[in-house]
Amino acid sequence: MKYLEAFRDGGIARTLAEALRREVQPGRAYAFMEFCGGHTHAISRYGVEDLLPPELRLIHGPGCPVCVLPTGRIEQVLRLALDRPVTLCVYGDTLRVPAAGGMSLLKARAMGADVRMIYSAMDALALAQREPVRQVVFFAIGFETTTPPTALVVREAARLGLSNFSVLCCHVLTPPAIRAIAEGGEGGGAALIDGFIGPAHVSTVIGTRPYAPFAAGFRKPVVIAGFEPLDVMQAIRMLVRQVNEGRAEVENEFTRAVTADGNLKAQALMAEVFTLREDFEWRGLGILPRSALRLADAFSGFDAERRFGLEYSPIPDHKGCECAAVLRGVTRARDCRLFGTVCTPETPVGACMVSSEGACAAYYAYGRSRDPGAAAA
Amino acid sequence: MKSVYVRPLDLRSGHVDLAHGGGGRAMQQLIGEVFRRAFDNPWLVRGDDGAVLPALAPGERLVVSTDSHVVSPLFFPGGDIGSLSVHGTLNDVAVMGARPLYLSVGFILEEGFPLADLLRIAESMGRAAADAGVAIVTGDTKVVERGKGDGVFITTTGMGALPADRELSGAFARPGDAVLVSGTLGEHGMAIMAQREGLTFEGDLRSDSAALHGLAAAVLEASPGLRLMRDPTRGGLAATLNEIARQSTVGIVLEESALPVSQAVAAACEFLGLDPLNLASEGRLLAVCPGAEAAPLLAALRAHPLGRQAALIGEVVADERCFVQMQTMLGGRRMVDWLAGEPLPRIC
Repeated sequence: MKYLEAFRDGGIARTLAEALRREVQPGRAYAFMEFCGGHTHAISRYGVEDLLPPELRLIHGPGCPVCVLPTGRIEQVLRLALDRPVTLCVYGDTLRVPAAGGMSLLKARAMGADVRMIYSAMDALALAQREPVRQVVFFAIGFETTTPPTALVVREAARLGLSNFSVLCCHVLTPPAIRAIAEGGEGGGAALIDGFIGPAHVSTVIGTRPYAPFAAGFRKPVVIAGFEPLDVMQAIRMLVRQVNEGRAEVENEFTRAVTADGNLKAQALMAEVFTLREDFEWRGLGILPRSALRLADAFSGFDAERRFGLEYSPIPDHKGCECAAVLRGVTRARDCRLFGTVCTPETPVGACMVSSEGACAAYYAYGRSRDPGAAAA
Repeated sequence: MKSVYVRPLDLRSGHVDLAHGGGGRAMQQLIGEVFRRAFDNPWLVRGDDGAVLPALAPGERLVVSTDSHVVSPLFFPGGDIGSLSVHGTLNDVAVMGARPLYLSVGFILEEGFPLADLLRIAESMGRAAADAGVAIVTGDTKVVERGKGDGVFITTTGMGALPADRELSGAFARPGDAVLVSGTLGEHGMAIMAQREGLTFEGDLRSDSAALHGLAAAVLEASPGLRLMRDPTRGGLAATLNEIARQSTVGIVLEESALPVSQAVAAACEFLGLDPLNLASEGRLLAVCPGAEAAPLLAALRAHPLGRQAALIGEVVADERCFVQMQTMLGGRRMVDWLAGEPLPRIC
C-alpha cells in the first residue's frame, strides 16, 4: 500500500500542477481524451481536474466495458437468460445495464432467470465443472484486459471436454475504437481532441506498438498512463509537451508495467482462441469493422451464439439518452437532459450511468456537487 | 406416576426439523435446551408470553430499535451472526444516547440447519448480551421448509433508557461542527466480502463487530454539547454522512488523509475496486460535536479501548444542497455519494 500511496501524494501533485501551469501556453486550449474508464474513475475519484490549469480540458472516452455494450447485446443475453434453461455468469457491472423497456439482468434475475455474479472467468468454469447438469454460459465482455482470462477458460473447457459450458463473447478491441473516435463523425473526432491518454491495463497486454500507426496517421500524441492520479498528471504533462513541440508520438508513462511488445503469451493465447468478427455494434460508435472477437472455429463448440442459435439485432437507444455522444466525447455527461433527472445510478437509462468507470456515473458520484443546480438528494 | 423420559436434543449432529417450530413439545425442548440455557435470565425462565419489565426512572424515556440479520457466511473472523445480532441492535440504541437494557429476538430457522451451529450462535448471543449487561428477555422461533431460508435469520429489538435531559439526532448537525470516527473503517464489510469470495489477503481481515455502549458513554461525558452519534453500518460512512447532511440540511467536508483505514482493508479495496467509505463497520462510532469540543472528544475516544485509532475526519459546513465532499490526498475535491446498488467490484 505504501507503494500505491506514492502515486497519490499531494506534495508531488502540487509540484506537477505547478509545472503544468508553467508549461501550458497562454491562450492555447488543450483537450485530451482519456480513453479508459479506469482513468475516468481515477480522475474523478481523486479530483485531478481541480489541479489542472484552466487551459486544460479532459474528455472522457469510451473505454468502459459495459458502456460500449449496445442495447441489442443486452437484449440478446436477456433473452438467453429468460427463455433458455441456462445459468448465466456475468461480471457485476453488467447486471444493471439497461435494455429496452427498463429491463436489466438484475430484473431478469428477480423474474426467475438464473443469473450469477462472478469475479473471474474461472468462477464460471468451476460452476460448470461442479454442476454438470447445468448449462453454464459466461457473458464475456471487456477490452484486451479481460480477454486473456476468457481465452484461458475456453481452452481449459476444451481440454476437459465440458459439454455444459459456453461463452457469449462480446470482447472488443481498443485500437479500432480509438481510431473511430479520431475519425469522429458528428462534431467529434480529431478536430476536438489534441491528444490521448492511452490505456493502462489494456496496454500491458497489447503493448505500445498498436498505437503508433494511429498517432502518426491522425497526428495525435498518445501517452500510455497508469491508473493512479499522479500517472495521469504526468501523462498530461507529457501530452502538453508534445503538443507544444508539435510532436505526435506514442510515449509511455506507465513503464513500470507496459512494454513496447506487451504480453506476448497473452497475445498468443488470444490469437489461438479468438478470431476477429467481421463487424460489431458499439454503443456510441456504431458498427465498427474488425473491432471485436468471437471464438475461433477450433473452439466454436463453446460459442454460446452457435450453441443456442442466437441472432443479433440492433435496438435503438432511448431517445433522450446521449450516451452515444458522451462516449464519443462530443457531449459532457452533465449536458445530457436525462442526467441526474430520470437517469441516475439507481435507475440508469444509458450504460454510461452504470459502471463507476462510465463518464456519467463517475460525474454523478464524484463531481455533480460542482453544478450549481444539483442537489445531493 | 411413571417418569417421562425425553430424549435430549442431539446438539452434536442433529438438525432443525419442522417440529421445532410447530408449537409443540419439540419447540419447547429447543427453546429450553438451546435458547433459555444460552440467554439465561429470570424473564425467560418464567416462560410467559411476554416479559414484564420494570418501569424506567422518572423522566427517562424508552428508546427502541430493531434490526434483522441475514449475514452470509454465518461465522466469520471476528464474530458470527449471533454476536452481530446483539451488537448491531444494541449499538443502534446506544448511539441514540440511551443505556441499552433489554433485547427481544426472533429466529427464522431453515429446516435441516445443524443444531450444533444453532447452539454456537445462541451461546455467542448470550455471551455478547451478558458482556454488554443486556438481557434477552423474550423471543420467538419459526422454522421454514428447506430451501425457503438461508440457515438462520435473526431479528433483534433493543430497548434502552434515555435520560430526561438528553436529545441526540441526525438533524442537529450545524456548520462548524466537527466529525469524528472511533476507528478504522470498513473492517466488517471487507471481512465478510473476503470470506464470501474466498479471498485471502495479507494481514488480518477481521470484523470489528463490538458493543459500543461503553464508548458511547465516554463520548457523552466528554462532549456535553454532542449533536449526534451514529454507527456506520450498511452503506458505510458515506451513507451515514449523507443521511446526516440531509437530516440537518448541511454539507460535510471530509479530509481523506485523516480517514483511518487499516492496511488490510486498504489493500483489499484496491484489489476489488471498492471504497472503504462504502463498507460497513459494526463496531465503530461516528460523532458530531461542536467544533470547540472536538479536541477533548478525540482524547476521550482515544483513551477508550475501542477508540484507540479515533480520528477527527471532517467538518460540517453550510450547504443547503446537502453535499458530502472530500478533500482528496492528491489535493482535489470530490463528492462522497451514496453507493448505488450492491458494492460491486470493477471488472478491469
